[in-house]
Amino acid sequence: MASLVGSRVERKEDKRFLTGKGRYTADINLANQTYAIFVRSPHARASIKKLNIDKALKSSGVVSVLTGKEVADDKIGGLIAGWAIRSEDGTEMKCPGNPPLAKDNVNFVGDPVAIVIAESLAEAKEAAEKVEVDYKVLKAVTSTAEAMNGDTIHEGIDKNLCFDWLLGDRQKVKEAFDKADKVISIDIINNRLIPNAMEPRACVADYNAASEEITLYTTSQNPHLSRLIMSAFGNVAPEHKLRVVAPDVGGGFGSKINVYNEDIVCSWAAKKINRAIKWVAERSESFLTDIHGRDHVTHAELAVTKDGKFLGFKNETIANLGAYARVFGTVTPTYLFGPCATGVYDIPAAYTNVKAVYTNTAPVDAYRGAGRPEATYTIERLVEKASMELGIDKTELRIKNFPTAFPFKQTLVHTVDSGDYVAGMEKAKQMADYKGFETRRRESEAKGKLRGIGVTSYFEACGIAPSAAVMSLGCGVGLWESAEVRFNPTGQVTVYTGSHSHGQSHQTTFAQIAADELGVPIENIDIVHGDTDKGTFGMGTYGSRSLAVGGIAIVNACKKIVEKGKRVTAKMLEANPEDVEFKDGEFIVSKSNKKKTIGEVAFACYLPGVRDEMKSPLPEGDEPGLKETSFYDPSNFSFPAGTHIAEVEIDPETGHVKLEKYTACDDFGRIINPMVVEGQVHGGLAQGIGQALYENAEYDETGQLMTGSYMDYTMPRADNFPEFNIGYTCTHATTNPLGVKGCGEAGAIAAPPTVMNAVIDALGGQEVTMPATAEKVWKACKNLKKSNSKAA
Amino acid sequence: MGKISLEVNGRKVEKEAPDNTLLSTFLREHLQLTGTHIGCDTSQCGACVVHVDGNSLKSCTALAADVNGSKVTTIEGLETNGKMHPMQEAFKKLHGLQCGFCTPGMVMSAIDLLQKNKKPSDTEIRDWLEGNICRCTGYQNIVAAVKEAATKM
Repeated sequence: MASLVGSRVERKEDKRFLTGKGRYTADINLANQTYAIFVRSPHARASIKKLNIDKALKSSGVVSVLTGKEVADDKIGGLIAGWAIRSEDGTEMKCPGNPPLAKDNVNFVGDPVAIVIAESLAEAKEAAEKVEVDYKVLKAVTSTAEAMNGDTIHEGIDKNLCFDWLLGDRQKVKEAFDKADKVISIDIINNRLIPNAMEPRACVADYNAASEEITLYTTSQNPHLSRLIMSAFGNVAPEHKLRVVAPDVGGGFGSKINVYNEDIVCSWAAKKINRAIKWVAERSESFLTDIHGRDHVTHAELAVTKDGKFLGFKNETIANLGAYARVFGTVTPTYLFGPCATGVYDIPAAYTNVKAVYTNTAPVDAYRGAGRPEATYTIERLVEKASMELGIDKTELRIKNFPTAFPFKQTLVHTVDSGDYVAGMEKAKQMADYKGFETRRRESEAKGKLRGIGVTSYFEACGIAPSAAVMSLGCGVGLWESAEVRFNPTGQVTVYTGSHSHGQSHQTTFAQIAADELGVPIENIDIVHGDTDKGTFGMGTYGSRSLAVGGIAIVNACKKIVEKGKRVTAKMLEANPEDVEFKDGEFIVSKSNKKKTIGEVAFACYLPGVRDEMKSPLPEGDEPGLKETSFYDPSNFSFPAGTHIAEVEIDPETGHVKLEKYTACDDFGRIINPMVVEGQVHGGLAQGIGQALYENAEYDETGQLMTGSYMDYTMPRADNFPEFNIGYTCTHATTNPLGVKGCGEAGAIAAPPTVMNAVIDALGGQEVTMPATAEKVWKACKNLKKSNSKAA
Repeated sequence: MGKISLEVNGRKVEKEAPDNTLLSTFLREHLQLTGTHIGCDTSQCGACVVHVDGNSLKSCTALAADVNGSKVTTIEGLETNGKMHPMQEAFKKLHGLQCGFCTPGMVMSAIDLLQKNKKPSDTEIRDWLEGNICRCTGYQNIVAAVKEAATKM
């Protein structure tokens, strides 16, 4: 039987999406449902002096209006930060309460203060207009860099500082810098982004008075985790009385990890009014209230010798958390950021210091790459600058500082099990025709254009997250994954996974894995996810963990099935279990012609007992049935890596940046489905290039979001990209049985510095902040002209 | 309230709907054709593209009443005898979709392009699809799928 792992298997999920049969949360309508609208703060920071719902309650069709007071009366809990971070001085991080409906204070535009529930959406909207809120407007804090000097947003949190975290050794770094021939320094901003999954958030909450159970359909990347948080911290219902279903979900990119105010409020309110409630975000609500990403202000320095050896690295970052610390809000700028700060280089001394600050803006949390794009942007911009200042070719300088052997123990945290960074670099250079660049630069020059080339070598820590490793760093929780493999008596297989697919193709790739492990045709395998009533508790999908953690849980559960199958076959065929081998769906007794198919064995497992001549197939100690579960906790992160090369051409008359070529050469370990991996790379690149050239979330000084629609926030479109040139090197991960590493975030991590390095190369080394819009680039071109004419 | 009469996916429908009902709302809420998606509120994203009398239209830009009497085709109406349209087949073959949310609008828009330009270049495809936002695919496989479909239509 040919192996399916490694094949371009067309997706099992496609037909329903292509024929309009996908079932997203907004497509769900329940009998007798009501409609919800949230009343939101129009101010970035204000105290609520008075809230009057009388007129709204009398409005046509209104079923109920609930506010922060009822939330507090019912002891409904708030939203939480999932990871505890300790400051350098040993103090615990400081997190404000975040009630699902604000009662006393609002802290960002969009902070909800009331829910209006009515018989129709139109009536809910009309009534929401009649909720009267008397705000005392306070001075907002919106600047990341200045947040520590602003008014105190949350009582008792001085300087708006959540934590002041250090990873690394300041003294060792000082000693390294003392020995340096040269120090390269850089000040950069990692611009704030809005994830913008195409499906706006939505939820439908239902209450069954007979079973006293709440069911919440919601746009989540991790329904089990959502249920846990809503139950343990939200106090909505005990876990066994709360079912969370995340059906088809239209993209997440991290924005749908969080439990949101609306999930908690609608679930709680559905029970209160004993009817189903439907809420669907308008895109403008998504802009205001979905978590945002990035938003770092960084000063970094690299100590080097004159021949280009890296000696030391320091990174001082201010990270914006927004108004509240959410689920991955505090871990993103720390454990997902700091350990990756030294990039793919062997740097003997390093530290990263992060001050995480509150501002009156939407909460900032994990967005595709989460921490690793910010780390990669810093080190790769710095290395490129070092190459310019030292006059060493940018690829040679990188190679000179790559680790020479694996496993590679980094200075800060990670031990990278596998990789071949030089091979990746060489292949990328070849794919991009790096050698031919000077010719192309001259051709552009002849046309009056500026051409630049940029390189990035990156690695990322994926497969989030081994409990032992992260808990030893001080994190409160590790992240394993579960799988359950059920054989039906008639031979088809249902695989339940705690991972969640919202575009990642698990229905296909996970089935490929199970098909190979069990020797069952892929058509006979179903992957089930997204429902807390189906399968065991699982952690969900983010941090490129689904395959490297969830996929391995499936492999391990399948292996348990095979082990039981061997025992059963041995009993049935009167052989020793040690003599039974399993291959391509058959259990074969070695050195004999005796065998059983896995289907026969599965059937036998459901027919124990003795009757006449029939003997039980079950060995002593084995229970009937064929179903196995695995909870897999990885022993280490996985470490995808690669080199990307971009070329841009700039028109100095307009400042327009045209991305001419983009080459990505990645090492994702073993590839399960090349077609799916290409798609993941393309998508990641589009978001990374979007950050470099187009996207930016902008607040004004009063805290109003200036980029609150697709008219103002530049989403990358089809005509913004060239055809990407994608290739791979492949070193198998040594820490998991599939040898896989993860591919979902690579593009978003590597593309911003790659493109910006190319833009800055074209501009003769002049710093430009992301996004490199025509206006900024045009100004830089003017400066370049001035300095060139002075030099002449 | 007014009476809306349309031919949707080859079937005559007549429904009462408030005068301000958008075509997108009419399809989703009144006809339960939820394959047409709503991804924004400014007519930018293109997830709601359908065909009205053979031409692509963002269904959130028209009132149902505006297109009264028209023939409307949605993503649900593309299959013939259970066989997908060549554009749907090409998207499947070349992985032109991931989460599937923008897909209905993308497919409907791409079909209209090929009606108007049988052999579009890459640039023409990318220009035409400028009004359809996809956050998952980076567009590359969508462009490839449209080119593939052009050889089959």
